Amino acid sequence: MANINRRHFLALTGTALAGAVLGFPMVSFGAGKKVVIVGGGVGGSTCAKYLRLMDASIEVTLIEPKKTYFTCFMSNEVISGGRDIKTIQFGYEGLRKHGIKVIHDLAVNIDPVAKKVVTGGGKSLIYDACVVAPGIDFRWDAIEGYSPRVAETLPHAWQAGTQTALLRDQINAMRDGGTVIIAAPQNPFRCPPGPYERASQIAWYLKNHKPKSKILILDPKPKFSKMGLFTAGWERYFGYKSANSMIEWIGEKDGGEVTRVNAKQMYAFATSKYKGDVINVIPPQKAGKIAFIADLVDEDNGWCPVNHASFESSRHKDIYVIGDATIAAPMPKSGYAANSQAKVCAAAVVAKLNGESAPIPSYVNTCYSLITPNDGISVAMVYRLGAKGKIQKVKGAGGLTPKNASDAMRKREVTYAYSWFKNITHDTFY
Amino acid sequence: MNTKQLLVILIVILGIVVFSSALYGAPANNSAGTASARMLANTCAGCHGTRGSSVGPASPTIAGISYDYFIETMEAYQSGERPSTIMTRIAKGYNEKEIELMAGYFSKQSFVRLPQEHDGNAARRGKKLHKKYCDKCHEEGGRSAEDDAGILAGQWEPYLRFTLEDFTSGKRPMEKKKKIRINKLDKTHGKAGIDDLVHFYASQQ
Repeated sequence: MANINRRHFLALTGTALAGAVLGFPMVSFGAGKKVVIVGGGVGGSTCAKYLRLMDASIEVTLIEPKKTYFTCFMSNEVISGGRDIKTIQFGYEGLRKHGIKVIHDLAVNIDPVAKKVVTGGGKSLIYDACVVAPGIDFRWDAIEGYSPRVAETLPHAWQAGTQTALLRDQINAMRDGGTVIIAAPQNPFRCPPGPYERASQIAWYLKNHKPKSKILILDPKPKFSKMGLFTAGWERYFGYKSANSMIEWIGEKDGGEVTRVNAKQMYAFATSKYKGDVINVIPPQKAGKIAFIADLVDEDNGWCPVNHASFESSRHKDIYVIGDATIAAPMPKSGYAANSQAKVCAAAVVAKLNGESAPIPSYVNTCYSLITPNDGISVAMVYRLGAKGKIQKVKGAGGLTPKNASDAMRKREVTYAYSWFKNITHDTFY
Repeated sequence: MNTKQLLVILIVILGIVVFSSALYGAPANNSAGTASARMLANTCAGCHGTRGSSVGPASPTIAGISYDYFIETMEAYQSGERPSTIMTRIAKGYNEKEIELMAGYFSKQSFVRLPQEHDGNAARRGKKLHKKYCDKCHEEGGRSAEDDAGILAGQWEPYLRFTLEDFTSGKRPMEKKKKIRINKLDKTHGKAGIDDLVHFYASQQ
């Protein structure tokens, strides 16, 4: 080594340059492979697991304040009394078995320059890549009279757990002949078919236990997800459009947007004033809080812009955002979309940490909705990255349950919905 | 050359390497070409389980599936020849090359069997029926994927039931030999026979 002269030096650096130009997948010497994941919902948990499956040399730390997670999907069945809330509850032992360090703490800041995540418990975690999966937060200021405290009386039940149980108990305690109001949110929001599946599930419960009761859906939108299939189902089971329909939907043109609630007197105010015995307010939404603190949000719309090939934030390098908080349309804000995005993101992070380019992605989504315990419907789509670097639907693929599907096939959809639930939660948490 | 010079050289090289990996991190045009087998297969896991082994209760395990049978099945879903709830819609999302890659991936995975509730007596009767009517193609008690047979042993019970229903009702086309055997099974043993068969496959670990 003592004999290295200027010529050797040039030869050496030349080789390195050639390597850089010709495309050797060179790894930075001594570069760490530390990934910190903020949020242990479907997106964050799936990403943690798949990072370890794809490259076991990566150190993965997941930060999540809650010890157990309740899935929003299938929580409408808990509300209608058809499902035990324990069946939608998941812990983090499964992820620990994959060698993931799970810390039950709240991420309070992310420093994109020092590349560290700071927690409320006083920890400071250095990362090479940070994946933020914060889910949704509510626009509490959008509905006058609504607040986190009022949500203890008028539940949103749009983050599952105690809120789900509260709404279930209120409906259970309601008198026969009472009115359940569901205030649906403006787009985009978590689980587009969710409010309408909820109406179906509650109607099924009321039909069997409190048949004089009504459900009123107040909606700022002119139409909603799976609308044709839902309304046909409501006609079939709940007398929809008839004089004594159990479900009434008041959309945009009839002034359905709820702008104020009165929790004491149990009123929801849209263009008209509606009295409810149970009022379920699903407020309009935005990205989870940490996304705002970490400057990952487009202030114009409240969601996180990302590179669709990798889910790297458009605002900060080496920070990735997945799931409901992202702008990933035409993918919906759904559990399956979060699970699918998490895998694309994990593959991109693995590639990056190993000095390779982001792989070509493939994404999928399926959303099942249960109208009754024997009648299921679905919407499915396969996505690819389009020429402009944006996610697009694969032409000719996916779509809704056909209108003319037989009762037997609709019953099979229920069976497959349960199977999807079991498999996706297993794919995410175990 | 002294240590100081060596250090300078190392720093320069390191700089180049870091610069080059930064280049690699730049977004390439990822829209052209085909995703990897694993990337594509990952999209199936939400319903069919991680690496294609379903934890039930209905969506079938596709791990260990025959390469050709996978392709044949996806094509039958695409054309609508094979009835389905959502696979007819999903299959249309993948092109020929992508389906081949997924077939390669899933055919190399191991079929993980989980315990299923079953009736022991029915399973014993079903074993005999399997030997008589099915084992010629679905060898080794339905465990084999040879000759492009679907793996039946340990497959999820509702899926087996749905599939047999589709065969016996004529909704799903069958090749001639299979049709003769299934019709004979149905005619001789009826619904009870099919039930016994399903119990046998569900009982397999």
